[in-house]
Amino acid sequence: MLANYAPILIFLCISGALGIVLLLLGMALGSGRKDPDKTSPYECGFEPFEDTRMRFDVRYYLVAILFIIFDLEIAFLFPWAVSLEQVGLFGLVAMAVFLGLLVVGFIYEWRKGALEWD
Amino acid sequence: MTAILVQLDRLLDFFGLPDLIHYTLFNGIKIIIVLLPLIITVAYFTYAERKIIGFMQNRLGPNRVGWGGLLQPFADVIKMLLKEVLIPSNSNRFLFLLAPVLSLTTALAAWAVVPFDNEFVIADIDAGLLYILAVTSLGVYGVILAGWASNSKYAFLGAMRSAAQIIAYEIAMGFALVGVLMASGSLNLGNIVEAQAGTSVLNWFVWPLFPLFLVYFISGVAETNRAPFDVAEGESEIVAGFHVEYSGIAFGLFFLGEYANMILITALTTLFFFGGWLSPFSEVSALEGSFLSEPSFAWLALKMSFFMFCFLWFRATFPRYRYDQIMRLGWKVFIPITIVWIVVEGIMVVAKVGPWSV
Repeated sequence: MLANYAPILIFLCISGALGIVLLLLGMALGSGRKDPDKTSPYECGFEPFEDTRMRFDVRYYLVAILFIIFDLEIAFLFPWAVSLEQVGLFGLVAMAVFLGLLVVGFIYEWRKGALEWD
Repeated sequence: MTAILVQLDRLLDFFGLPDLIHYTLFNGIKIIIVLLPLIITVAYFTYAERKIIGFMQNRLGPNRVGWGGLLQPFADVIKMLLKEVLIPSNSNRFLFLLAPVLSLTTALAAWAVVPFDNEFVIADIDAGLLYILAVTSLGVYGVILAGWASNSKYAFLGAMRSAAQIIAYEIAMGFALVGVLMASGSLNLGNIVEAQAGTSVLNWFVWPLFPLFLVYFISGVAETNRAPFDVAEGESEIVAGFHVEYSGIAFGLFFLGEYANMILITALTTLFFFGGWLSPFSEVSALEGSFLSEPSFAWLALKMSFFMFCFLWFRATFPRYRYDQIMRLGWKVFIPITIVWIVVEGIMVVAKVGPWSV
């Protein structure tokens, strides 16, 4: 059973090795001299100013938090969807209650404007 | 294909290697049989992109290297290998170099569970779909690490945008897949395709699940940061987004990963909604016995090519979405549609009125 997963491990190793080998090959073959102007961050012709790791919009956090809730919901839905034939009406009603609660939350965040990007 | 693998197994037996090495070598060769054509497909996909968009814009596209430009992708690879890999000052060196490797690895690793016909698949696992969802979600780390480690404002902004967009569309994508699972009753990709086998094309999941197919494919376009959802690149405002500081092959790895992801989306769309390797003419009596009515890898490749063409077609046709429009489409249109469809489908499955026969 678990042996089915062994090829995935080999696959991960090979694709990781491919990336590393290509990167090393590129670094070995690519030539060029370093100078401060070349390695400074791209800034459209300006001298770089301010700290790069600057403040950013709080809505990105909001998206991440909402994502966690909904992704968990999907994780719950997956096994339910596969076994829906077996769990029948009881399973359907149970999931409808769960989904209903989340939809109430979804409507709330929608009305609160958490999904607005203006 | 199977015959070749049996021969290979015998050949390895002949050398009398220990079991572990024999197993690793056998699977390693299988993996290379998948990876090599995949990378060549990526190379020629970039060529097709430039050529097709060229023709759509009344240009010729690349036509200098080789016959009609056919060697262009190889010239590009050699050029990228010979360019300097520049590491910007004040960047985090390790993370900066880790990001492209990570995004390539995750993009390729998802192919481990994709079945190519009813026999050939590298890892035939029962949780195939779950694995794909998990591995493709990891791709977002490559983007965030690249943006963070670059020490550039443009890269940082591009990474934030890109990450928020990818996770927003991942939800819609996951919900669409729940619909596929309810119809097929299995997480194994091979079984999902087999569940669509039957009398005619009408057995394919695309018909009962048409809204989910649209949501899935459009989310796939958004997930891979392709036009018209490519604000993460936004060359007219943030120059190239998260990979602005990357040069040479480090950029090439991102490129390879992005295109491998696009091809993966087309493969998954075909497997989930269009019957994978099944033939659309399986029950047409005039074609009985000919190769046209047999399920084969050729059908999978043909269907995938169509969706790959769609990717390029979208890029040549649609103007770029604004960021607020992208987020509105993901959260306010796709998620409600999929939730409603899951409820409707759930009732149909329990009441046994669905067109799928389980």
